[in-house]
Amino acid sequence: MAYDYVPFPYVPPPGLAGPEPRHCVAIVGAGPIGLALAIDLAQRGVASVVLDDNNVVSRGSRAICWAKRTLEIFDGLGVGKRMLDKGVTWKTGRTFHGNTEVYSFDLLPEVGHKFPAFINLQQYYVEQYLIERAQEFPDLIDLRFKNRVITHQDLSDHVTLTVETPDGTYQLDAQYLVACDGANSPTRGRMGLAFEGQSFEEHFLIADVEMAQSPFDSDTPERWFWFAPPFHAGQSALLHKQPDNIYRIDLQLGPDSDPVKEAQETRVLPRIKAIVGDKPFRLDWMSVYKFRCARLAHFVHGRVIFAGDSAHVVSPFGARGGNGGIQDIDALGWRLAAVVQGATASALEAYDIERQAAADANIRHSSQATNFMTPKSTTERRFRDQVLRLAHDHSFARRLVNSGRLSLPHPMHDHVTGPSLATARVRPGDVVVDAPTGDGWLTEQVQGAWTLVGFGQIDIPDLPVRTLTVTDPLALQRYGCDVAVLFRPDGIVAGCFDPVNSERITDCLSQHLDHRVPA
Amino acid sequence: MTDGGGLGDKGDAVYAALMATHDGLDDDQSQDLNARLILLLLNALNDPDKALLLIEQAQTKDDA
Repeated sequence: MAYDYVPFPYVPPPGLAGPEPRHCVAIVGAGPIGLALAIDLAQRGVASVVLDDNNVVSRGSRAICWAKRTLEIFDGLGVGKRMLDKGVTWKTGRTFHGNTEVYSFDLLPEVGHKFPAFINLQQYYVEQYLIERAQEFPDLIDLRFKNRVITHQDLSDHVTLTVETPDGTYQLDAQYLVACDGANSPTRGRMGLAFEGQSFEEHFLIADVEMAQSPFDSDTPERWFWFAPPFHAGQSALLHKQPDNIYRIDLQLGPDSDPVKEAQETRVLPRIKAIVGDKPFRLDWMSVYKFRCARLAHFVHGRVIFAGDSAHVVSPFGARGGNGGIQDIDALGWRLAAVVQGATASALEAYDIERQAAADANIRHSSQATNFMTPKSTTERRFRDQVLRLAHDHSFARRLVNSGRLSLPHPMHDHVTGPSLATARVRPGDVVVDAPTGDGWLTEQVQGAWTLVGFGQIDIPDLPVRTLTVTDPLALQRYGCDVAVLFRPDGIVAGCFDPVNSERITDCLSQHLDHRVPA
Repeated sequence: MTDGGGLGDKGDAVYAALMATHDGLDDDQSQDLNARLILLLLNALNDPDKALLLIEQAQTKDDA
């Protein structure tokens, strides 16, 4: 069943009638990234105005694969359950060469996690749930549809924006501007910032088809990828299940394809029939894409901050675009809130440096996968094909088959210095790993605010941070026994302690945020 | 300068086997075989750092 697009109302903004008071944060773009930031800030008591040039959610399913860490972050924002209930859960990927399966992977081969490895959920649902959550903060989140930012200026103590609406233009001032305006970011374009990386010349067809009968021959949803299947000779194909009986098909079209011709139904329908056979289907959405992996050199420019695709883009193999963007917000929200509330702006530099590193990892993985799928020379193609051939008989070659290394949160070992402990199983810079706590789950109790967790028997004195004690055996297995771990609001390990004392904890905190500890 | 040799006194035999395995193959098939052999050998090293070093060493600085 096709998604029912309900337009959001346009409300003439106050700024058309007279100057508005200066806003804390202006967020440009009401996609998943901008909305997630608005909600994160609101939960910390920081108001924002979100400006979007249109008034409906994402046209097309676009970003569909949401990874575990991202689901934990969405859970912290209040939409996790909705997404999990609607989404299609999966963890197994299978890769085929011709008709033969040559590789499979299990993205979560253990129990004791609140969320699954992945869910598939169309971007329009993600945006809808985020908007409805944002609407629960009417005093803190000012959502403005059909408000297009046409210029901005960083005046060093604030930013001023010119915004165009159906009723004319107005000025809007804010302490900070966060550009969540996507891969072709107008904010970035106006600033003339270099966005450098690798372009891949091959075209890909992406189609959503609605089918009552599954094209998979298994009831358990999985990700299936083919190199040179019989139904799409010499090229690659990818198949995912989405909610509402919709299936995502990606088809590599080869280096000499004409994107305009390929985007026509007369070309697309036979390709889909080749995959699904006689099973009836309805074509819901399609697009022909080329990909690139690129990023800004810096994500923070004075009072203008970039997050998500405006800062960095990747090819989709590995699902690192939407996931990378939401993880940007996880790294940004607590710092931006602290800065608005009085911390020194150097906290934003840490966001910049850390997320550049994460973007580089996402770009590297996405590029390697795309290179494997679209070899650019006879020699590259030869090696790629021989890896596939060896994969039939050799397990080492199976591991080289690269149809996408699926998104993982990027650890920050190079960027976080803090005390470590030989008896702890984690170290500073590690990302929180979920575990049962007896009365819930570790990640949900740790993320969002600085938290010190005592694993096993360890004394925890009065501290200026949230504390909890966990004795669940799986948690002790993952973290160590009789150790304490200090987690940042984004779930990154800041330090490991035994014994715990207030001075060392405060020391750790002040390295991250140069002011009083936020509540 | 590398040492005397990891092939001992079987160097000639190994070299001959490598040449023989290409008998009857056309150029394309030979190149496919070489690619497979490289991949198998890289794995058999059991040492990714050594693999990277060898890849670097294999590059020649030819006078253009």
